[in-house]
Amino acid sequence: MTTAASKPHTAPEAAAQKEPQKEKENKWLRAYRQMVRIRLFEEQVNELYTRALMPGLAHLYSGQEAVAVGICEALKIDDYITSTHRGHGHCLAKGASPDRMFAELLGKEAGYCRGKGGSMHIADPATGNLGANAIVGGSVGIATGAAFAAKRLGNGRVAACFFGEGALGQGSLYEVMNLAQLWKLPVIYVCENNMYNEYTHFSETTAGTILGRAAAFGIEGASVDGQDVRAVNEVATRLIERARAGGGPAFLQADTYRYSGHHVGDINREYYRSKQEEQYWKTERDPIKLHGRWLVTLGQADASALEQIATEARAEMEAAVKFAIAAPYPSIDQVEQDVYADVL
Amino acid sequence: MSERELTFAQAVREALAEEMRRDSRVCIFGEDVAEAGTPFKVLSGLVEEFGAERVLDTPISEAGFTGVGVGAAMAGLRPVVDIMFGDFLTLTMDQMVNQAAKAHYMSGGHWRVPMVMRTTLGATRRSAAQHSQSLHAWFSHVPGLNVVLPSTPYDAKGLLKTAIRDENPVIFFEDKMMYKLKGPVPEADYTIPLGVADVKRVGEDITLVATSSMVQVALGAAVMLEKEGISAEVVDPRTTWPLDEKTIIESAKKTSRVIVIDEGYGRYGVTAELAAVIAEGAFYDLDAPVKRMGAMHVPIPFSPPLEDVTVPTEETVTEAARKMCKKS
Repeated sequence: MTTAASKPHTAPEAAAQKEPQKEKENKWLRAYRQMVRIRLFEEQVNELYTRALMPGLAHLYSGQEAVAVGICEALKIDDYITSTHRGHGHCLAKGASPDRMFAELLGKEAGYCRGKGGSMHIADPATGNLGANAIVGGSVGIATGAAFAAKRLGNGRVAACFFGEGALGQGSLYEVMNLAQLWKLPVIYVCENNMYNEYTHFSETTAGTILGRAAAFGIEGASVDGQDVRAVNEVATRLIERARAGGGPAFLQADTYRYSGHHVGDINREYYRSKQEEQYWKTERDPIKLHGRWLVTLGQADASALEQIATEARAEMEAAVKFAIAAPYPSIDQVEQDVYADVL
Repeated sequence: MSERELTFAQAVREALAEEMRRDSRVCIFGEDVAEAGTPFKVLSGLVEEFGAERVLDTPISEAGFTGVGVGAAMAGLRPVVDIMFGDFLTLTMDQMVNQAAKAHYMSGGHWRVPMVMRTTLGATRRSAAQHSQSLHAWFSHVPGLNVVLPSTPYDAKGLLKTAIRDENPVIFFEDKMMYKLKGPVPEADYTIPLGVADVKRVGEDITLVATSSMVQVALGAAVMLEKEGISAEVVDPRTTWPLDEKTIIESAKKTSRVIVIDEGYGRYGVTAELAAVIAEGAFYDLDAPVKRMGAMHVPIPFSPPLEDVTVPTEETVTEAARKMCKKS
């Protein structure tokens, strides 16, 4: 057997180098860019899926961009996140590259997980992404455990745990919230309330209030308009820095909306929500439009600058898709690789 | 120089203490692990030496603190998670099967989950159906997990130290009826690799492949059989995964008769797997079909005379071996 300590698993240096614009670009312009990148990424996913180029399932994040971006812009590159089946937005917002993400979505060797995880399992140590998870509520323990490790190791990291309001039905969430508060762990539970547990309105599945759950454990709770990236970022910054300073866990309810169906194939949705409702959110409550309007009104950008961002993001996503389509599949002998990790 | 002897419980505690001294990332959490030292007193004294930051009592939340163990392992610690009774493993299944076992593979090898889950197995403690099961077969079934079943104090110490240093999730099953079993345990820092079986007794006429406390049963049966002129070899796989198929098959070929003995349920269980391995590897050398002995297919009953017949004993193993070796 080997002796002595193994290397820590996280290596944020490489990703940090890939983020020069974080320093240079205006903070709110950057938030706009990040949201547009997520939206256009998902448009490509929709296209790949409907053209039968993407195997498996696709759960689009469109409509919820302000939550992932508002939170992740308040995190450091080596802070942790856990994500969900609807996770593309979280991964991108935390710093993942679209080319390797698309490669993963297509099951290619160049993907973040060498093609073994797919859309619902993108993980990336370089950006602190502990992994997207296809068990609803499945990552609440992992995020809380990462926070436990951060506290024990004294490395100053915080864990942000993304989950949908559907996870409020899972008992393990309350088990770890109880532990996190008892042990004052630096973890932020981010409940993205997009109002639908798959095909069921959350009012049919959720007794009491969402924040009442945090209050029951004495956990600092807040709710925020999840379509307002600045509001999300402001409250996230407060809660994250509080946790980093030893103030313990927090619970953030972000009210938002899922533009598409539960997955791309969920097309006929009128039995659970109306087209008018969807239309209202898309025209009146779109996080990108709302933030763009604010930027223009305050003179931080003009319409052409925003258009330029969209053009650049579209080109980035098209190139990333092209890369992924051209990338090779893993060789068949990869199937038995990485079931077990070798002793270091 | 006489060899030092420790109980099984003391050997487990010594392994933990040595690894905690060696590596500050090792920590323990679970129900009543600190001042109480668990109901079996296996962990007594550890919180006093290593402090409440490394030996932590949790709420009664097996799913929750198992998940915390998975995340803590991914983020740089070496947690040893304590599940008081193996029956409570049911509550941890999503975290072990969907999270711990798959994180390395699903991430393309990027994340690792170096955690150990210590738990118990074994009947005849008069604890009834929800505190007596031996559920290690479930975990042996899942790719990504390692499963360890020590049968002696010596093995307990060496295997637990290896498990803690392993880069993968390891489930470490201790038979709670063996905690007072004494045996030689070196003070030295030694490890025993996972996946290496141990021939606990050399014999010629029949092989008894046994796990955990059933190794002790098999050794007892071998003594009884010897008086009848039957020489029994006892092979202890020590880990059900990784599994040392080679040693088991070689012994089967040598003796040509095999009984596999494990305290879990035989149906789709560890004995079924071991019998299949032997059948595939030694079929043409066998003089009899492989016999399986495991727990009866009933929930473990409370009433002592009922409970006692549910698991293999020295007598039932001796009887089965005698029948198998009878010259026709």
